[in-house]
Amino acid sequence: MDKTREMVASVVLLAALAGAALWADAAGEPFYVNLASRVAILGLAGVGLNLALGFGGMVSFGHAAFFGLGGYACGIIAWHAGNYEPILTWPFEVEGTDRMPPIWGVAALVCGLAAAAIGALSLRTSGVYFIMITLAFAQMIYWFAISWPAYGGEDGLSIYVRNGFPGLDTYDALSFFGIAFGALLVALAVSGRLLGSRFGAALTMARLNPVRLATAGIDPFPVRLTGFVISAVITGWAGALYADLNGFVSPTMLSWHLSGELIVFVILGGVGRLVGPVAGAAAYVLLETFVGGATERWPLILGLALLGVVLFARGGIMGALAGRARHD
Amino acid sequence: MTEPALAVEGLRKAFGGLTATDDVSLDLRAGEIHALIGPNGAGKSTLIGQIAGWIAPDAGRVRLAGRDVTGLGVAERARLGLGRSFQVSSLAAPLSARRNVMLAAQAREGSSFRFWRQVRRDRALVAAAEAALARVGLAGRGNVPTAELSHGERRLVEVACALALGPKALLLDEPMAGLGAEGSGALADLLETLKAEAPILLVEHDMDAVFRLADRVSVLVAGRVIASGPVAEIRADPEVRRAYLGED
Repeated sequence: MDKTREMVASVVLLAALAGAALWADAAGEPFYVNLASRVAILGLAGVGLNLALGFGGMVSFGHAAFFGLGGYACGIIAWHAGNYEPILTWPFEVEGTDRMPPIWGVAALVCGLAAAAIGALSLRTSGVYFIMITLAFAQMIYWFAISWPAYGGEDGLSIYVRNGFPGLDTYDALSFFGIAFGALLVALAVSGRLLGSRFGAALTMARLNPVRLATAGIDPFPVRLTGFVISAVITGWAGALYADLNGFVSPTMLSWHLSGELIVFVILGGVGRLVGPVAGAAAYVLLETFVGGATERWPLILGLALLGVVLFARGGIMGALAGRARHD
Repeated sequence: MTEPALAVEGLRKAFGGLTATDDVSLDLRAGEIHALIGPNGAGKSTLIGQIAGWIAPDAGRVRLAGRDVTGLGVAERARLGLGRSFQVSSLAAPLSARRNVMLAAQAREGSSFRFWRQVRRDRALVAAAEAALARVGLAGRGNVPTAELSHGERRLVEVACALALGPKALLLDEPMAGLGAEGSGALADLLETLKAEAPILLVEHDMDAVFRLADRVSVLVAGRVIASGPVAEIRADPEVRRAYLGED
């Protein structure tokens, strides 16, 4: 019964987001359409993190690494396409591209490989050590991006022409929202499906009781590592979209602040609730835009909201809307 | 003679200056319940930990159905048929009893790296879990979250998890602990029927249960097996009486 309630709450939330974008477009307010795109993309990044943090119990404080790598994959490939300079000349020539699908593929690949390496080392620890090691890896990538002048270093890298998507005008705010929202729906569907599968059962047990998982004949380490990689790929996809939304990628996308923000989305929306991070990202962006318009001190409100959630409403926004999470 | 289901050969483990397991050898033969008893601090938990694969021994070997598993991890030993229950129930409390058991069936049935098909519609898994639950007398309780089950029922769910592995040997760590007379009687009856399927290494404090159920008993004191043999022999052994049963 609670399952259906959560389903209804999730559909209503997603419909509200799409409705807001459509309404803003009809009202001739592309600013608000872009705001909805921002929510969809940050929500997507949070959905990725939630897979590791909420469902797998891996509190990664370094997911900005994947968000930023996805962003840089997008920025660098587009930069090469814009300057007609091949990305690689040896051992074979690789040209840049200004189309989203292959860029997403590269972003996913880069993030997947990075997560496999980072996860293989970090997942040998747990608890606060895991948090610190993921943070350390993300900071290493952050400082590398700052000190590597080829792609803008500290100043970042502009994407002068937004990348294309077959059949759509990506400069049209509503079309771009459609792409971001579509990506979000795909990630939600894939995550939901995944969590109900055998792998999901194992990942859930890796969080709830790793001793039981091993005793049931399933080694927790490869289960966690796979979950971490899938999580990173989704967050990286969001990073590539975010770079296109802003037409800009900079080391800020890799900074620990962003890792923290992603955790805030997950906690605010409801840890381990599928659509939770979207609700969290929406709340964050709304606060930032509307309260932030009135006072610079909007993070104070955010802090209080977060405190309230942690102290009184562990289920976050989804918990308030749909009651406690239930397993069958 | 056929291979014992489980054999421990010359196992040694020391923590600093403390020898927790001192040259322990014992075996578990088809169809029997072999009880392991000993006072607190005798090294039972350390021994169980080494058999299950959580603790690496300093020397010695563990064989499961003739295969040397000393170098293998916990999960691999479980897949090879070492079923286990814990001294303190170790289940995932928010999940239903069925889900807990299905996970063990999943490992037996093949890979856990399947990402699409939904487990709740996976008839083979559900049926295997239901069969294991029925075997321990919990048919019809599968939907109940583990947290809402009674202490005794949780013990039984753990046994069902072990059975769902298709075990070659069962390692039950104080399964009677905390059960009332009725509960432990029911569990004792169950163990009697299970031993034909998979022999049981039973660690137990309840002496009545041990002397009623066990075919053989090994007595562990200060990391050493001081006596091992049929129940009657152990009961009469003066050294056991002195060291363990508190008589002289």
